[in-house]
Amino acid sequence: MATSKVGKVLFGPIIDNNPIALQILGICSALAVTTSMTVSLVMSLAVIAVLACSNVAVSAIRHYIPGSIRIIVQMVVIASLVIVVDQVLKAFLYDISKQLSVFVGLIITNCIVMGRAEGFAMKNGVFMSFLDGLGNGLGYAAVLMFVAFFRELFGTGSLFGVTIMEMTRDGGWYNPNNMMLLPPSAFFLIGFLIWALRAYKPEQIEEA
Amino acid sequence: MPPRDSLANTFLVSFVLCVVCSLAVSAAAVALRDRQEMNEVLDRQRNILDASGLALGEFGLPANRLSVDQVGELYSRVQERLVNLETGDYDTDLNPADYNPADAAKNRDLSVDVSDSEFNFGSRRREKVARVFLVKNPKTDEISQVVLPVRGQGLWSTLYGYLALRRDLETVQGLTFYEHGETPGLGGEVDNPRWKSQWVGLQAFDEEGNPALAVARGSAPSGSQHMVDGLSGATITGNGVTSLVQFWTGPEGYQKYLEKLAVELSSAEGDGNGNQ
Repeated sequence: MATSKVGKVLFGPIIDNNPIALQILGICSALAVTTSMTVSLVMSLAVIAVLACSNVAVSAIRHYIPGSIRIIVQMVVIASLVIVVDQVLKAFLYDISKQLSVFVGLIITNCIVMGRAEGFAMKNGVFMSFLDGLGNGLGYAAVLMFVAFFRELFGTGSLFGVTIMEMTRDGGWYNPNNMMLLPPSAFFLIGFLIWALRAYKPEQIEEA
Repeated sequence: MPPRDSLANTFLVSFVLCVVCSLAVSAAAVALRDRQEMNEVLDRQRNILDASGLALGEFGLPANRLSVDQVGELYSRVQERLVNLETGDYDTDLNPADYNPADAAKNRDLSVDVSDSEFNFGSRRREKVARVFLVKNPKTDEISQVVLPVRGQGLWSTLYGYLALRRDLETVQGLTFYEHGETPGLGGEVDNPRWKSQWVGLQAFDEEGNPALAVARGSAPSGSQHMVDGLSGATITGNGVTSLVQFWTGPEGYQKYLEKLAVELSSAEGDGNGNQ
């Protein structure tokens, strides 16, 4: 029983209750940073770190937080963590942090982080909140990597910066699809993903 | 401990939380500052080595794949100088280590209005004193290139880059942009090495000495001394690049300095030290 609950909290958000695909939260950064898999991976790790830590912190102090200022308290915790993550990226992954630019800072406004703090960490223990943060972070990461896979492959003919299909402008044969490099393509890809997911799991379809 | 929802507890929790969070943020900022500053300096040096072609010429690799030591070794050939763009003279009053051209451009005392209406900066102010980079030949200690910081508006963003000129101060050695927010795959192709290689060897000025570098719309006319091919789907970025290279090589940019530097270089050769 205990293990199945751990499994449910940790792996549930990846397919059954994915924050992007089912709850349609946090898609702003999913559109913005998914032109390259490397950048998406770093962004995913940053979000996982912030989500897990903010859930732990909020859960640890949940009995002391006055109801009137609880949203502000969560916000302060999340904002501090995001600044720390941004500083770490600037110090150790400078090139990628330049590409992510403002989007690391915008993790603060990512609805997933706030949603998990308010919806789960305020009511559950520290360990479960940690798993919930991790699981939702992984669910976010899975969608980001899915979108980035198609956008990088068809937009620039490469994966993780390694050329798979030589592009015509570099003397190869592949004529890249420029739309894949523009944010709207992520909308289409997420749309197809949600379609596929709901065809596979019809219980995710909302009542009309 | 006062009751959870009381006024006293609300103040207490917010106070403790603010102190703890600010400590965490300041600790991270202070502990990592040295590394971040080192990264920024290294990034700038790498971009100058790319623009001047030193990285490819010496090690056959773009500068972002060189080790820190290799960058340091190559960068020892580069000398940073401050130049007063109003007079074209070197500015010796300011300390090059402290001076930040980007801050100066925002300060009304240290910047001037741009009168060229074709050119769009965003702010339309240009700093009076700019930083230039002189690349020396390690054997003869002669200046072999000058690297000029340039910037200008593209479609979405300001493009920041370096324009490198060879010793004759007319032939382009390279143009690289180190920061921009143009659309990847369209305007962002200003980073494409194939496109950038077209700049090498172009003449920056026409017969009358006016700035002549330009990005063509479509393919550059064959045999053109001044034009590179346009980037498909990126007309506005291309126009922005044209306008910025012309501005910075023109009378409101580095022209006065380049004229004085040309005199300085030719007189040095006249002294009989000009063995290339």
